[in-house]
Amino acid sequence: MGIEVKNLNAWYGDLHAIKDINLSIPKNQVTALIGPSGCGKSTFLRCLNRMHEVIEGTKVTGEILVDGENIYGTNVDPVTVRYRIGMVFQKPNPFPTMSIFDNVAAGLKLNGMRNKKQIREIVERSLEAAGLWDEVSDRLDKNAMGLSGGQQQRLCIARTLAVNPEIVLMDEPTSALDPISTHKIEELVHSLKENYTIVIVTHNMQQAARVSDNTAFFLNGEVIEYNTTKHIFSNPSDQRTEDYITGRFG
Amino acid sequence: MANQSLSARKAKNVTMISLTVIGTLLALIPLFSIFAYVLTRGLPAINIDFFTQLPKPLGEEGGGMVNAIAGSIIVVGISGLIGIPVGIMSGIFLSEYGRNRFGRSISFLTDVLLGVPSIVVGIFVYVLLVLAMGGFSAYAGGIALSILMIPAVTRTTEEMLKLIPSHIREAGLALGLPKWRVTLFIVLPSALRGIVTGVMLAIARVMGETAPLLFTAFGNRYWHASLNDPIATLPVQIFTYAISPYKEWQAQAWAGALTLIVIVLIFNILARVITYRKNH
Repeated sequence: MGIEVKNLNAWYGDLHAIKDINLSIPKNQVTALIGPSGCGKSTFLRCLNRMHEVIEGTKVTGEILVDGENIYGTNVDPVTVRYRIGMVFQKPNPFPTMSIFDNVAAGLKLNGMRNKKQIREIVERSLEAAGLWDEVSDRLDKNAMGLSGGQQQRLCIARTLAVNPEIVLMDEPTSALDPISTHKIEELVHSLKENYTIVIVTHNMQQAARVSDNTAFFLNGEVIEYNTTKHIFSNPSDQRTEDYITGRFG
Repeated sequence: MANQSLSARKAKNVTMISLTVIGTLLALIPLFSIFAYVLTRGLPAINIDFFTQLPKPLGEEGGGMVNAIAGSIIVVGISGLIGIPVGIMSGIFLSEYGRNRFGRSISFLTDVLLGVPSIVVGIFVYVLLVLAMGGFSAYAGGIALSILMIPAVTRTTEEMLKLIPSHIREAGLALGLPKWRVTLFIVLPSALRGIVTGVMLAIARVMGETAPLLFTAFGNRYWHASLNDPIATLPVQIFTYAISPYKEWQAQAWAGALTLIVIVLIFNILARVITYRKNH
Protein backbone atom coordinates (compact mmCIF):
# COMPACT_ATOMS: atom_id res chain seq x y z
CA MET A 1 0.00 0.00 0.00
CA GLY A 2 1.25 3.41 -0.88
CA ILE A 3 1.33 6.54 1.21
CA GLU A 4 -0.23 9.77 0.03
CA VAL A 5 0.93 12.90 1.87
CA LYS A 6 -1.21 16.01 1.43
CA ASN A 7 -0.38 19.53 2.66
CA LEU A 8 1.59 18.25 5.62
CA ASN A 9 2.85 20.82 8.11
CA ALA A 10 4.58 20.12 11.41
CA TRP A 11 5.81 22.28 14.26
CA TYR A 12 8.00 22.04 17.36
CA GLY A 13 6.51 24.81 19.44
CA ASP A 14 6.91 27.85 17.19
CA LEU A 15 9.42 26.20 14.88
CA HIS A 16 7.81 25.37 11.58
CA ALA A 17 9.76 22.21 10.75
CA ILE A 18 7.72 20.79 7.86
CA LYS A 19 6.22 23.16 5.33
CA ASP A 20 3.34 22.09 3.19
CA ILE A 21 4.65 18.82 1.86
CA ASN A 22 2.86 16.82 -0.82
CA LEU A 23 4.34 13.46 -1.64
CA SER A 24 3.28 10.10 -2.93
CA ILE A 25 5.25 7.11 -1.69
CA PRO A 26 4.75 3.97 -3.80
CA LYS A 27 4.06 0.52 -2.42
CA ASN A 28 6.78 -2.13 -2.11
CA GLN A 29 9.55 0.24 -2.98
CA VAL A 30 12.29 1.90 -0.99
CA THR A 31 11.98 5.65 -0.73
CA ALA A 32 14.98 7.55 0.62
CA LEU A 33 14.78 10.93 2.33
CA ILE A 34 17.99 12.92 2.07
CA GLY A 35 19.05 16.42 3.02
CA PRO A 36 21.32 18.30 5.40
CA SER A 37 20.91 18.16 9.20
CA GLY A 38 17.84 19.97 10.44
CA CYS A 39 16.09 19.91 7.07
CA GLY A 40 13.06 18.11 8.48
CA LYS A 41 13.51 14.66 7.00
CA SER A 42 13.40 12.85 10.35
CA THR A 43 10.46 14.96 11.47
CA PHE A 44 8.65 14.07 8.26
CA LEU A 45 9.36 10.38 8.87
CA ARG A 46 8.02 10.64 12.42
CA CYS A 47 4.85 12.22 11.07
CA LEU A 48 4.27 9.12 8.94
CA ASN A 49 3.47 6.95 11.99
CA ARG A 50 2.33 9.69 14.32
CA MET A 51 5.46 9.55 16.44
CA HIS A 52 6.02 13.28 16.03
CA GLU A 53 3.22 14.07 18.44
CA VAL A 54 4.85 11.99 21.18
CA ILE A 55 7.15 14.95 21.82
CA GLU A 56 5.53 17.69 23.88
CA GLY A 57 4.63 20.96 22.24
CA THR A 58 4.46 19.58 18.72
CA LYS A 59 1.70 20.00 16.17
CA VAL A 60 0.78 18.46 12.82
CA THR A 61 -1.71 19.56 10.18
CA GLY A 62 -2.61 18.08 6.81
CA GLU A 63 -3.42 14.56 5.71
CA ILE A 64 -1.53 11.35 5.27
CA LEU A 65 -3.50 8.70 3.45
CA VAL A 66 -2.45 5.10 3.90
CA ASP A 67 -4.53 2.77 1.81
CA GLY A 68 -6.87 5.68 1.23
CA GLU A 69 -7.47 6.25 4.94
CA ASN A 70 -6.27 9.45 6.63
CA ILE A 71 -4.10 8.43 9.61
CA TYR A 72 -4.71 11.89 11.08
CA GLY A 73 -8.48 11.42 10.88
CA THR A 74 -10.48 12.33 13.97
CA ASN A 75 -11.41 8.78 14.91
CA VAL A 76 -8.02 7.23 14.27
CA ASP A 77 -6.08 5.90 17.24
CA PRO A 78 -2.34 6.64 16.89
CA VAL A 79 -1.63 3.29 18.58
CA THR A 80 -3.28 1.45 15.69
CA VAL A 81 -1.40 3.57 13.17
CA ARG A 82 1.93 2.66 14.79
CA TYR A 83 0.97 -1.00 14.84
CA ARG A 84 0.57 -0.89 11.05
CA ILE A 85 3.55 1.36 10.40
CA GLY A 86 6.69 0.17 12.15
CA MET A 87 9.79 2.21 12.90
CA VAL A 88 13.50 1.52 13.27
CA PHE A 89 15.49 4.21 15.06
CA GLN A 90 18.86 5.79 14.56
CA LYS A 91 20.42 4.26 17.64
CA PRO A 92 19.78 0.56 18.25
CA ASN A 93 17.34 0.53 21.16
CA PRO A 94 16.57 -2.99 22.35
CA PHE A 95 14.59 -3.22 25.57
CA PRO A 96 17.41 -3.47 28.13
CA THR A 97 15.77 -5.84 30.60
CA MET A 98 14.61 -8.36 28.03
CA SER A 99 16.20 -11.38 26.39
CA ILE A 100 16.75 -11.55 22.64
CA PHE A 101 13.62 -13.66 22.31
CA ASP A 102 11.50 -11.37 24.46
CA ASN A 103 12.64 -8.31 22.55
CA VAL A 104 11.28 -9.72 19.31
CA ALA A 105 8.19 -11.09 21.06
CA ALA A 106 7.49 -7.84 22.96
CA GLY A 107 5.15 -6.37 20.37
CA LEU A 108 3.17 -9.61 20.25
CA LYS A 109 3.07 -10.49 23.94
CA LEU A 110 2.33 -6.98 25.11
CA ASN A 111 -0.46 -6.72 22.59
CA GLY A 112 -2.05 -9.78 24.13
CA MET A 113 -0.88 -12.75 22.04
CA ARG A 114 -0.84 -15.83 24.29
CA ASN A 115 -0.21 -18.73 21.91
CA LYS A 116 3.39 -19.73 22.74
CA LYS A 117 3.88 -21.85 19.64
CA GLN A 118 2.68 -19.07 17.39
CA ILE A 119 4.90 -16.51 19.15
CA ARG A 120 7.90 -18.82 18.72
CA GLU A 121 7.23 -19.20 15.03
CA ILE A 122 6.88 -15.47 14.47
CA VAL A 123 10.03 -14.71 16.47
CA GLU A 124 12.01 -17.22 14.44
CA ARG A 125 10.61 -15.94 11.14
CA SER A 126 11.29 -12.31 12.08
CA LEU A 127 14.86 -13.04 13.13
CA GLU A 128 15.39 -14.89 9.88
CA ALA A 129 13.95 -12.01 7.88
CA ALA A 130 16.29 -9.66 9.71
CA GLY A 131 19.25 -11.92 8.94
CA LEU A 132 20.02 -12.50 12.58
CA TRP A 133 18.68 -15.99 13.22
CA ASP A 134 21.93 -17.87 12.54
CA GLU A 135 23.88 -15.64 14.89
CA VAL A 136 21.51 -15.80 17.86
CA SER A 137 19.51 -19.03 17.56
CA ASP A 138 21.59 -20.68 20.31
CA ARG A 139 21.29 -17.83 22.80
CA LEU A 140 17.75 -16.53 22.48
CA ASP A 141 17.38 -16.40 26.26
CA LYS A 142 20.44 -14.17 26.73
CA ASN A 143 20.10 -10.46 27.37
CA ALA A 144 19.86 -8.40 24.20
CA MET A 145 22.38 -5.86 25.42
CA GLY A 146 25.11 -8.44 24.97
CA LEU A 147 24.82 -8.22 21.18
CA SER A 148 27.02 -5.97 19.05
CA GLY A 149 25.65 -2.67 17.76
CA GLY A 150 24.96 -4.09 14.31
CA GLN A 151 23.26 -7.15 15.76
CA GLN A 152 21.19 -4.96 18.08
CA GLN A 153 19.99 -2.92 15.13
CA ARG A 154 18.98 -6.05 13.21
CA LEU A 155 17.25 -7.22 16.39
CA CYS A 156 15.30 -3.96 16.39
CA ILE A 157 14.37 -4.60 12.77
CA ALA A 158 13.23 -8.11 13.69
CA ARG A 159 11.21 -6.64 16.55
CA THR A 160 9.55 -4.24 14.14
CA LEU A 161 8.82 -6.99 11.60
CA ALA A 162 7.35 -9.29 14.26
CA VAL A 163 4.17 -7.24 14.57
CA ASN A 164 3.78 -7.57 10.80
CA PRO A 165 3.53 -3.93 9.78
CA GLU A 166 2.69 -2.92 6.23
CA ILE A 167 5.17 -0.07 6.15
CA VAL A 168 8.61 0.14 7.77
CA LEU A 169 10.14 3.53 8.54
CA MET A 170 13.87 3.72 9.15
CA ASP A 171 15.50 6.77 10.68
CA GLU A 172 19.20 6.68 9.73
CA PRO A 173 19.38 3.02 10.76
CA THR A 174 23.08 2.63 10.01
CA SER A 175 24.52 5.92 11.24
CA ALA A 176 25.77 4.32 14.46
CA LEU A 177 27.14 1.18 12.78
CA ASP A 178 30.40 -0.02 11.27
CA PRO A 179 30.69 -0.60 7.48
CA ILE A 180 30.11 -4.36 7.64
CA SER A 181 26.97 -4.02 9.73
CA THR A 182 25.87 -1.20 7.46
CA HIS A 183 26.28 -3.45 4.46
CA LYS A 184 24.17 -6.16 6.11
CA ILE A 185 21.38 -3.71 6.89
CA GLU A 186 21.43 -2.34 3.37
CA GLU A 187 21.09 -5.84 1.93
CA LEU A 188 18.28 -6.41 4.36
CA VAL A 189 16.46 -3.27 3.22
CA HIS A 190 16.77 -4.53 -0.32
CA SER A 191 15.21 -7.89 0.49
CA LEU A 192 12.49 -6.43 2.69
CA LYS A 193 10.88 -4.33 -0.01
CA GLU A 194 9.36 -7.45 -1.49
CA ASN A 195 6.94 -7.53 1.43
CA TYR A 196 7.06 -4.04 2.87
CA THR A 197 6.93 -0.44 1.79
CA ILE A 198 10.08 1.17 3.15
CA VAL A 199 10.90 4.81 3.86
CA ILE A 200 14.48 5.42 4.94
CA VAL A 201 16.16 8.60 6.16
CA THR A 202 19.85 8.70 5.45
CA HIS A 203 22.77 11.08 5.70
CA ASN A 204 24.76 8.90 3.40
CA MET A 205 24.29 9.72 -0.28
CA GLN A 206 25.84 6.47 -1.46
CA GLN A 207 23.44 4.59 0.75
CA ALA A 208 20.46 6.37 -0.78
CA ALA A 209 21.81 5.59 -4.24
CA ARG A 210 22.41 1.94 -3.32
CA VAL A 211 19.20 0.99 -1.57
CA SER A 212 16.40 3.24 -2.78
CA ASP A 213 14.08 3.36 -5.77
CA ASN A 214 12.93 6.92 -5.14
CA THR A 215 14.61 9.82 -3.41
CA ALA A 216 13.21 12.99 -1.90
CA PHE A 217 15.59 15.87 -1.24
CA PHE A 218 14.62 17.97 1.79
CA LEU A 219 15.81 21.47 2.54
CA ASN A 220 14.54 23.80 5.28
CA GLY A 221 11.39 21.78 5.79
CA GLU A 222 10.43 21.61 2.15
CA VAL A 223 10.79 18.95 -0.50
CA ILE A 224 12.97 20.49 -3.18
CA GLU A 225 12.93 17.54 -5.50
CA TYR A 226 11.31 14.14 -5.54
CA ASN A 227 11.92 11.62 -8.27
CA THR A 228 13.37 8.21 -8.99
CA THR A 229 16.74 7.74 -7.35
CA LYS A 230 18.31 7.25 -10.73
CA HIS A 231 17.05 10.59 -11.93
CA ILE A 232 18.01 12.47 -8.74
CA PHE A 233 21.55 11.18 -8.75
CA SER A 234 22.26 11.36 -12.47
CA ASN A 235 20.29 14.32 -13.66
CA PRO A 236 18.81 16.45 -10.86
CA SER A 237 16.43 19.15 -12.04
CA ASP A 238 17.12 21.59 -9.23
CA GLN A 239 20.48 23.30 -8.78
CA ARG A 240 20.26 22.92 -4.97
CA THR A 241 19.80 19.16 -5.27
CA GLU A 242 22.84 18.95 -7.48
CA ASP A 243 24.88 21.09 -5.08
CA TYR A 244 23.89 18.85 -2.20
CA ILE A 245 24.54 15.47 -3.78
CA THR A 246 27.85 16.60 -5.22
CA GLY A 247 28.88 17.70 -1.74
CA ARG A 248 28.99 21.42 -2.31
CA PHE A 249 26.99 22.04 0.88
CA GLY A 250 25.41 20.14 3.76
CA MET B 1 60.32 22.19 32.83
CA ALA B 2 58.08 19.55 31.35
CA ASN B 3 59.25 17.01 33.90
CA GLN B 4 58.72 19.39 36.76
CA SER B 5 55.14 20.10 35.79
CA LEU B 6 54.54 16.39 35.42
CA SER B 7 55.84 15.63 38.90
CA ALA B 8 53.81 18.53 40.26
CA ARG B 9 50.73 17.13 38.62
CA LYS B 10 51.43 13.67 39.97
CA ALA B 11 51.84 15.09 43.47
CA LYS B 12 48.55 16.92 43.11
CA ASN B 13 46.93 13.72 41.90
CA VAL B 14 48.19 11.73 44.88
CA THR B 15 47.08 14.47 47.29
CA MET B 16 43.56 14.62 45.90
CA ILE B 17 43.14 10.85 45.82
CA SER B 18 44.41 10.64 49.40
CA LEU B 19 41.86 13.27 50.42
CA THR B 20 39.01 11.25 48.91
CA VAL B 21 40.27 8.11 50.68
CA ILE B 22 40.52 9.97 53.99
CA GLY B 23 37.01 11.35 53.46
CA THR B 24 35.69 7.85 52.85
CA LEU B 25 37.40 6.53 55.97
CA LEU B 26 36.01 9.39 58.05
CA ALA B 27 32.54 8.54 56.79
CA LEU B 28 33.02 4.87 57.61
CA ILE B 29 34.33 5.41 61.15
CA PRO B 30 30.97 6.34 62.70
CA LEU B 31 29.25 3.56 60.76
CA PHE B 32 31.59 0.86 62.00
CA SER B 33 31.90 2.22 65.52
CA ILE B 34 28.12 2.36 65.88
CA PHE B 35 27.83 -1.20 64.68
CA ALA B 36 30.71 -2.42 66.88
CA TYR B 37 29.40 -0.60 69.93
CA VAL B 38 25.83 -1.77 69.51
CA LEU B 39 27.16 -5.27 68.94
CA THR B 40 29.24 -5.34 72.14
CA ARG B 41 26.49 -3.78 74.25
CA GLY B 42 23.59 -5.62 72.69
CA LEU B 43 24.95 -9.11 72.24
CA PRO B 44 25.15 -10.01 75.97
CA ALA B 45 21.42 -9.33 76.39
CA ILE B 46 20.44 -11.36 73.32
CA ASN B 47 19.09 -14.83 74.00
CA ILE B 48 16.20 -17.02 72.97
CA ASP B 49 13.94 -15.37 75.55
CA PHE B 50 14.57 -11.99 73.99
CA PHE B 51 12.94 -13.13 70.77
CA THR B 52 10.20 -15.26 72.30
CA GLN B 53 9.11 -13.64 75.57
CA LEU B 54 7.00 -10.63 76.42
CA PRO B 55 8.58 -7.97 78.65
CA LYS B 56 8.64 -9.06 82.28
CA PRO B 57 7.16 -6.82 84.97
CA LEU B 58 9.65 -4.56 86.70
CA GLY B 59 11.79 -6.44 89.20
CA GLU B 60 11.57 -9.78 87.47
CA GLU B 61 14.57 -11.09 85.60
CA GLY B 62 14.54 -11.93 81.88
CA GLY B 63 11.76 -11.33 79.41
CA GLY B 64 12.02 -10.21 75.84
CA MET B 65 10.72 -7.93 73.14
CA VAL B 66 8.85 -10.35 70.90
CA ASN B 67 5.78 -8.11 70.89
CA ALA B 68 7.84 -5.09 69.82
CA ILE B 69 9.68 -6.99 67.08
CA ALA B 70 6.39 -8.31 65.68
CA GLY B 71 4.79 -4.91 66.21
CA SER B 72 7.49 -3.12 64.24
CA ILE B 73 7.08 -5.52 61.35
CA ILE B 74 3.29 -5.12 61.45
CA VAL B 75 3.35 -1.32 61.61
CA VAL B 76 6.02 -1.03 58.90
CA GLY B 77 4.04 -3.59 56.88
CA ILE B 78 0.92 -1.43 57.08
CA SER B 79 2.93 1.63 56.07
CA GLY B 80 4.44 -0.29 53.16
CA LEU B 81 1.03 -1.51 51.98
CA ILE B 82 -0.05 2.11 51.73
CA GLY B 83 3.22 3.88 51.00
CA ILE B 84 4.79 1.67 48.33
CA PRO B 85 1.89 1.55 45.83
CA VAL B 86 0.93 5.19 46.37
CA GLY B 87 4.56 6.29 46.10
CA ILE B 88 5.32 4.25 43.01
CA MET B 89 2.13 5.35 41.30
CA SER B 90 2.75 9.03 41.98
CA GLY B 91 6.33 8.56 40.82
CA ILE B 92 5.05 7.07 37.57
CA PHE B 93 2.63 9.95 37.19
CA LEU B 94 5.29 12.60 37.77
CA SER B 95 7.77 11.03 35.37
CA GLU B 96 5.48 9.83 32.58
CA TYR B 97 2.47 12.15 32.66
CA GLY B 98 3.39 15.07 34.89
CA ARG B 99 5.75 17.06 32.72
CA ASN B 100 3.58 20.14 33.09
CA ARG B 101 2.77 22.84 35.63
CA PHE B 102 0.62 20.53 37.73
CA GLY B 103 3.27 17.82 37.79
CA ARG B 104 6.01 20.25 38.68
CA SER B 105 4.05 21.68 41.61
CA ILE B 106 3.32 18.18 42.91
CA SER B 107 7.00 17.40 42.56
CA PHE B 108 7.84 20.49 44.60
CA LEU B 109 5.30 19.58 47.29
CA THR B 110 6.80 16.10 47.46
CA ASP B 111 10.15 17.68 48.23
CA VAL B 112 8.54 19.77 50.95
CA LEU B 113 6.86 16.71 52.44
CA LEU B 114 10.21 14.93 52.36
CA GLY B 115 11.63 17.64 54.60
CA VAL B 116 8.80 17.70 57.16
CA PRO B 117 10.14 16.55 60.56
CA SER B 118 8.75 13.17 61.49
CA ILE B 119 7.45 14.41 64.82
CA VAL B 120 5.20 16.85 62.96
CA VAL B 121 3.78 13.94 60.99
CA GLY B 122 3.18 12.16 64.31
CA ILE B 123 1.25 15.08 65.76
CA PHE B 124 -0.68 15.48 62.52
CA VAL B 125 -1.83 11.86 62.55
CA TYR B 126 -2.52 12.09 66.27
CA VAL B 127 -4.88 15.02 65.82
CA LEU B 128 -6.51 13.75 62.67
CA LEU B 129 -6.72 10.04 63.30
CA VAL B 130 -5.94 9.01 66.84
CA LEU B 131 -8.37 11.51 68.34
CA ALA B 132 -10.99 10.72 65.73
CA MET B 133 -10.65 6.96 66.14
CA GLY B 134 -10.66 7.27 69.87
CA GLY B 135 -7.26 5.79 70.63
CA PHE B 136 -3.77 4.78 69.63
CA SER B 137 -3.56 1.97 67.11
CA ALA B 138 -1.33 0.00 64.76
CA TYR B 139 -3.26 1.55 61.88
CA ALA B 140 -2.45 5.08 63.03
CA GLY B 141 1.22 4.13 63.38
CA GLY B 142 1.29 2.60 59.92
CA ILE B 143 -0.39 5.61 58.38
CA ALA B 144 2.03 8.00 60.06
CA LEU B 145 4.98 6.02 58.74
CA SER B 146 3.42 5.81 55.28
CA ILE B 147 3.25 9.62 55.16
CA LEU B 148 7.01 9.59 55.66
CA MET B 149 7.44 6.84 53.12
CA ILE B 150 5.35 8.20 50.24
CA PRO B 151 7.52 11.21 49.31
CA ALA B 152 10.70 9.14 49.49
CA VAL B 153 9.31 6.39 47.25
CA THR B 154 7.72 8.94 44.90
CA ARG B 155 10.96 10.81 44.49
CA THR B 156 13.15 7.78 43.78
CA THR B 157 10.58 6.26 41.42
CA GLU B 158 10.35 9.53 39.51
CA GLU B 159 14.12 9.96 39.32
CA MET B 160 14.74 6.34 38.30
CA LEU B 161 12.08 6.49 35.57
CA LYS B 162 13.47 9.76 34.26
CA LEU B 163 16.83 8.03 33.84
CA ILE B 164 15.31 5.65 31.28
CA PRO B 165 16.13 7.18 27.91
CA SER B 166 13.17 8.38 25.85
CA HIS B 167 14.19 6.21 22.90
CA ILE B 168 13.24 3.12 24.92
CA ARG B 169 9.73 4.54 25.33
CA GLU B 170 9.61 5.45 21.63
CA ALA B 171 10.66 1.93 20.67
CA GLY B 172 7.67 0.60 22.59
CA LEU B 173 5.25 3.16 21.19
CA ALA B 174 6.49 2.48 17.64
CA LEU B 175 5.47 -1.17 18.08
CA GLY B 176 1.90 -0.01 18.39
CA LEU B 177 1.73 -0.49 22.14
CA PRO B 178 -0.48 1.82 24.20
CA LYS B 179 1.45 4.17 26.48
CA TRP B 180 0.28 2.47 29.68
CA ARG B 181 1.64 -0.89 28.52
CA VAL B 182 4.94 0.70 27.52
CA THR B 183 5.16 2.32 30.95
CA LEU B 184 4.15 -0.78 32.89
CA PHE B 185 5.96 -3.53 30.98
CA ILE B 186 8.96 -1.80 29.43
CA VAL B 187 9.87 1.39 31.28
CA LEU B 188 9.07 0.26 34.82
CA PRO B 189 11.03 -3.04 34.62
CA SER B 190 14.01 -1.13 33.22
CA ALA B 191 14.02 1.07 36.31
CA LEU B 192 13.10 -1.69 38.76
CA ARG B 193 16.51 -2.03 40.34
CA GLY B 194 16.64 1.62 41.35
CA ILE B 195 13.04 1.65 42.49
CA VAL B 196 13.46 -1.45 44.68
CA THR B 197 16.55 0.11 46.24
CA GLY B 198 14.60 3.30 46.91
CA VAL B 199 11.74 1.36 48.47
CA MET B 200 14.14 -0.57 50.70
CA LEU B 201 15.81 2.63 51.85
CA ALA B 202 12.40 4.10 52.62
CA ILE B 203 11.47 0.99 54.64
CA ALA B 204 14.78 1.15 56.46
CA ARG B 205 14.17 4.79 57.25
CA VAL B 206 10.69 4.36 58.72
CA MET B 207 11.73 1.18 60.54
CA GLY B 208 13.80 3.31 62.90
CA GLU B 209 11.34 6.18 63.28
CA THR B 210 10.40 6.75 66.91
CA ALA B 211 8.80 10.17 67.22
CA PRO B 212 5.71 9.65 65.04
CA LEU B 213 5.02 6.30 66.69
CA LEU B 214 4.93 7.84 70.18
CA PHE B 215 1.76 9.68 69.17
CA THR B 216 0.18 6.96 67.09
CA ALA B 217 1.13 3.35 67.89
CA PHE B 218 2.02 4.43 71.41
CA GLY B 219 3.48 1.17 72.69
CA ASN B 220 2.23 -1.80 74.65
CA ARG B 221 3.78 -4.05 77.28
CA TYR B 222 1.66 -6.96 76.07
CA TRP B 223 0.50 -8.34 72.75
CA HIS B 224 -1.75 -5.94 70.91
CA ALA B 225 -5.36 -7.11 71.08
CA SER B 226 -6.05 -5.98 67.51
CA LEU B 227 -4.66 -3.61 64.92
CA ASN B 228 -7.06 -1.07 66.37
CA ASP B 229 -5.22 -1.10 69.69
CA PRO B 230 -1.92 0.33 70.89
CA ILE B 231 0.96 -1.76 69.66
CA ALA B 232 4.57 -2.12 70.76
CA THR B 233 7.32 -1.24 68.28
CA LEU B 234 11.05 -1.67 68.53
CA PRO B 235 12.09 2.00 68.38
CA VAL B 236 9.56 3.07 71.02
CA GLN B 237 10.46 0.09 73.20
CA ILE B 238 14.14 0.94 72.88
CA PHE B 239 13.37 4.53 73.77
CA THR B 240 11.36 3.57 76.85
CA TYR B 241 13.95 1.08 78.08
CA ALA B 242 16.94 3.26 77.30
CA ILE B 243 15.71 6.21 79.39
CA SER B 244 14.73 3.95 82.28
CA PRO B 245 16.99 3.85 85.33
CA TYR B 246 17.17 0.05 85.40
CA LYS B 247 20.34 -1.75 84.24
CA GLU B 248 18.36 -4.75 83.04
CA TRP B 249 16.13 -2.62 80.81
CA GLN B 250 19.05 -0.62 79.44
CA ALA B 251 20.77 -3.83 78.41
CA GLN B 252 17.60 -4.92 76.65
CA ALA B 253 17.43 -1.58 74.88
CA TRP B 254 20.85 -2.31 73.39
CA ALA B 255 19.70 -5.75 72.33
CA GLY B 256 16.67 -4.10 70.71
CA ALA B 257 18.90 -1.63 68.87
CA LEU B 258 21.01 -4.50 67.57
CA THR B 259 17.89 -6.35 66.42
CA LEU B 260 16.65 -3.23 64.62
CA ILE B 261 19.95 -2.78 62.79
CA VAL B 262 20.00 -6.44 61.76
CA ILE B 263 16.42 -6.29 60.46
CA VAL B 264 17.28 -3.24 58.34
CA LEU B 265 20.42 -5.00 57.14
CA ILE B 266 18.44 -8.08 56.14
CA PHE B 267 16.04 -5.88 54.16
CA ASN B 268 18.92 -4.27 52.31
CA ILE B 269 20.61 -7.58 51.49
CA LEU B 270 17.30 -8.99 50.31
CA ALA B 271 16.82 -6.05 47.97
CA ARG B 272 20.29 -6.60 46.53
CA VAL B 273 19.66 -10.29 45.97
CA ILE B 274 16.30 -9.74 44.29
CA THR B 275 17.55 -7.04 41.91
CA TYR B 276 20.79 -8.91 41.20
CA ARG B 277 18.87 -11.99 40.05
CA LYS B 278 16.62 -9.86 37.87
CA ASN B 279 19.55 -8.37 36.05
CA HIS B 280 21.77 -11.41 35.54
